[in-house]
Amino acid sequence: MTIADIRDHLEATVLCCEENLGREVHTACGSDMMSDVLAFVKDQSVLVTGLCNPQTVRTAEMMDIICICFVRGKEPDETVIKLAEERDIVIMATQKRMFEACGILYENGLRGGASH
Amino acid sequence: MSTLKFHYKVDKTDFTRAGEASSDVKGKLKKMGCDPEVVRKVAIAMYEGEINMVIHADGGVIDVEISPEDITLVLKDKGPGIADIDKAMQEGYSTASENVRSLGFGAGMGLPNMKKYSDEMKIETELGVGTTVTMVIHNT
Ligand SMILES: Nc1ncnc2c1ncn2[C@@H]1O[C@H](COP(=O)(O)OP(=O)(O)OP(=O)(O)O)[C@@H](O)[C@H]1O
Ligand SMILES: [Mg+2]
Repeated sequence: MTIADIRDHLEATVLCCEENLGREVHTACGSDMMSDVLAFVKDQSVLVTGLCNPQTVRTAEMMDIICICFVRGKEPDETVIKLAEERDIVIMATQKRMFEACGILYENGLRGGASH
Repeated sequence: MSTLKFHYKVDKTDFTRAGEASSDVKGKLKKMGCDPEVVRKVAIAMYEGEINMVIHADGGVIDVEISPEDITLVLKDKGPGIADIDKAMQEGYSTASENVRSLGFGAGMGLPNMKKYSDEMKIETELGVGTTVTMVIHNT
């Protein structure tokens, strides 16, 4: 699945790094707690989260996560977008809630990564 | 490659900036051509430690030493100290406030993650004095 496919499935709006929409995503992770995210090793992942602050981007950065999707209509501010741009991480936002967003991605073949 | 040393001050007043030191180290290791798996382990372990300094202590200092064999991280704070290290090391144990939880931390997974991603970890702590966490990650 590509980042563009995720955008289409979640009817999301892309907010930065559109040039990376063709990148392949292999796994997904859904959580509002950053240490939960940091507990799993993922390869070329998308992070689905309701937590919308600079630490979301930093967590993604540390994990080499390539795309963040904010759920339930969360709108990141400029600081968040700028951090993501500098790190080449795609940001998108969907109106869907966490459960639904994860369910849709799962239904379309995306899986969670293995625990370390 | 000889041994490189870096020193960072971690400020607790601006949560937005927490993680800058880890981000910097990650960038440096990447540039040096370190193995991506090693880079990720260092980045995650250091980031968890850096966040802990900000949310549980009053900030602190981090010393990073990069040698061909190992990457050593020493995180030192003058915070309240940890009363029961065994408890603190348990997955899910957290004393984080509701405010910290609303910022996405306080799952009680940080120290376990640090242990998991580092090859050696040592915690020295004294109540009312502070905490020093030392982590070594093999550079292979
Ligand atoms: N530097 C520190 N100074 C004082 N107490 C600490 C420090 N680091 C950790 N602790 C204590 O150990 C507990 C467990 O830490 P840990 O990092 O595992 O979880 P957390 O920080 O509460 O949540 P998370 O890391 O999942 O966001 C903390 O809640 C806190 O009570
Ligand atoms: Mg922590």
